[in-house]
Amino acid sequence: MSAVAAATLAPDTATKPVLEARDLQRHYRIGRGWLRQAATLKAVAGASFSLTAGRTLAVVGESGCGKSTLARMITMIERPTAGHLMIDGTDIVDADKQQLHVLRPKVQMVFQDPYGSLNPRKQVGQILSEPLEINTDKSGKERMEIARAMMARVGLRPEFYTRYPHMFSGGQRQRIAIARALILNPKIVVADEPVSALDVSIRAQVLNLLMDLQAEFNLAYLFISHDLSVVRHIADELMVMYLGRPVEQGPKQVIFAEPRHPYTQALLAATPSVDPKARSKRLTVKGELPSPIDPPPGCAFHRRCPFATEVCGIERPELRSFAGRMVACHHAEKTL
Amino acid sequence: MPLLEIRNLAVEFQTHRGPFRAVDGVDLTLEPGELLGVVGESGSGKSVTMLAVMGLIAWPGKVTADVMRFDGIDLMSLSDSDRRKIVGKDIAMIFQEPMTSLNPSFSVGYQIMETLAVHEGGSRRERRRRTIELLEQVGIPAAASRLDSFPHQLSGGMCQRVMIAMAIACNPKLLIADEPTTALDVTIQAQILDLLVSLSRERNMAMVLITHDMGVVAETAQRVMVMYASQQVEEQPAERLFEQPRHPYTAALLEALPERALEKRLNTIPGVVPGIADRPSGCVFNPRCNFAQERCRIEQPLLEPKLGARVRCHFPIRGDVS
Repeated sequence: MSAVAAATLAPDTATKPVLEARDLQRHYRIGRGWLRQAATLKAVAGASFSLTAGRTLAVVGESGCGKSTLARMITMIERPTAGHLMIDGTDIVDADKQQLHVLRPKVQMVFQDPYGSLNPRKQVGQILSEPLEINTDKSGKERMEIARAMMARVGLRPEFYTRYPHMFSGGQRQRIAIARALILNPKIVVADEPVSALDVSIRAQVLNLLMDLQAEFNLAYLFISHDLSVVRHIADELMVMYLGRPVEQGPKQVIFAEPRHPYTQALLAATPSVDPKARSKRLTVKGELPSPIDPPPGCAFHRRCPFATEVCGIERPELRSFAGRMVACHHAEKTL
Repeated sequence: MPLLEIRNLAVEFQTHRGPFRAVDGVDLTLEPGELLGVVGESGSGKSVTMLAVMGLIAWPGKVTADVMRFDGIDLMSLSDSDRRKIVGKDIAMIFQEPMTSLNPSFSVGYQIMETLAVHEGGSRRERRRRTIELLEQVGIPAAASRLDSFPHQLSGGMCQRVMIAMAIACNPKLLIADEPTTALDVTIQAQILDLLVSLSRERNMAMVLITHDMGVVAETAQRVMVMYASQQVEEQPAERLFEQPRHPYTAALLEALPERALEKRLNTIPGVVPGIADRPSGCVFNPRCNFAQERCRIEQPLLEPKLGARVRCHFPIRGDVS
């Protein structure tokens, strides 16, 4: 199954993916006091995807769907519990310390909140040159030159080198965070909701910057977002997650044109739009996300799904290839 | 008679760099049952405007207005004790963060019953019955068993439903919702917006929806007011605003939306929103405006009816409504 997923997700087989996940899983043990048995929370319960240089994979889902855990595994903050995760050809699941040390600079991250992700006690210059100090043997002067050049590249005046984060607006701070992520020339940038804390006019500026930088440095983006209008604009591939598992994944155009999983349909319908024509009939899902500690049997979405039948409560649908994308639904044929 | 009438509202804060106008010359009328959307970027003054209506601006903030009348009552000359009889009863408000707006130390049932005890009275049993009824109305399943739940035992969406139940407990005539769905997931956001709109229709309750999300106002509001740098720059019925914005700021804001983008590069508004100390002379938007002329740099435009809209611009965008 995973081989099929990888094949459909990388139409351009000539270029080798920089990131490849096969049945990636991450579980947590949750202690519930000494009287009750510890439970297992499957934050990510099996995801397969691949990403090539210069392309963007958007991971979409609501809180608790496992998208941030996925980001933590790809950035090597956490090790996967099971499965395989190849970064630039090396499997990090059984990589040793030395190998991880080499891989870490290749994957960088941009966080959601530019107010929380920058150290308020450090100057911009220090924030930008610290990764160089740790990972390279460049001299202080060289580090400063690289940092200044990067500031100019992301649209910050190099004179701001000695300023502190609080002296910048939200949009400028996110530019600093982007500059910090790019300073080591990574191959993969994981962007966790990079524009959701920004105002509309600033959001457009930062999205343009991200797209320019991707073209210039041939970066692979893993773009985590809940905002489908942003995803629609920036992504090449889409992976919709629900309760730790991908429910639909494939090329952006295919999924946006004709979503087949009821959850994807609900997400699209729930996204507010300014144009009356773009508004689809609202397919409101009932209820809320079930607890990942105690997921419902069968399909995790069946209790909220308008198409659910008996089989959905018994058997978990596997991700299968259907109409140009992968979808995990028993009734994908009938959901239109 | 309009439900809410405001003329020339200003809110001023003393800072060490001199007085700062967080709200400058807002005019607003709201009819009973009407749904008004207030949009603007962070710091544009949209929340402060509504806090002033609620009387929640504390010292050193200073509120001035030529007229501020709610349901025939002059809010400016109202004593604090009289104001408390209106606020929470006839004007209710819900906030962005449902988790932090509820008191974590009391059960949600207790918190709703407290509102009822203050404004409505009645026996304890009566209040309990009414609270269950309210929780059912806002779509909380097994309402009776949720009375004794504490906020941390409920999800964000459920907490926001509790906040709404509390706000509508005394049948308010006006509900002010300040970013009610910003902290929620999209499918939950859709549920909460549907709930607010249907409550407003059923009860003929006027609603002011403050948000930065253009999509949310487009789908819910009847009329939209756009704010920029403390000022109201445009006001139009929702459909017309999104079809034919008259103020260059509104137009630029709509063009910056990814869903309106015609090509890969998004349109942006150059520069940033002016801060406290660097408000420009003339029109507040002139340094970022593509259509700015000499007059815009000198003379501040007034909010006037032009081209079928109320707009604060010397040279509003022409163009026909299709």
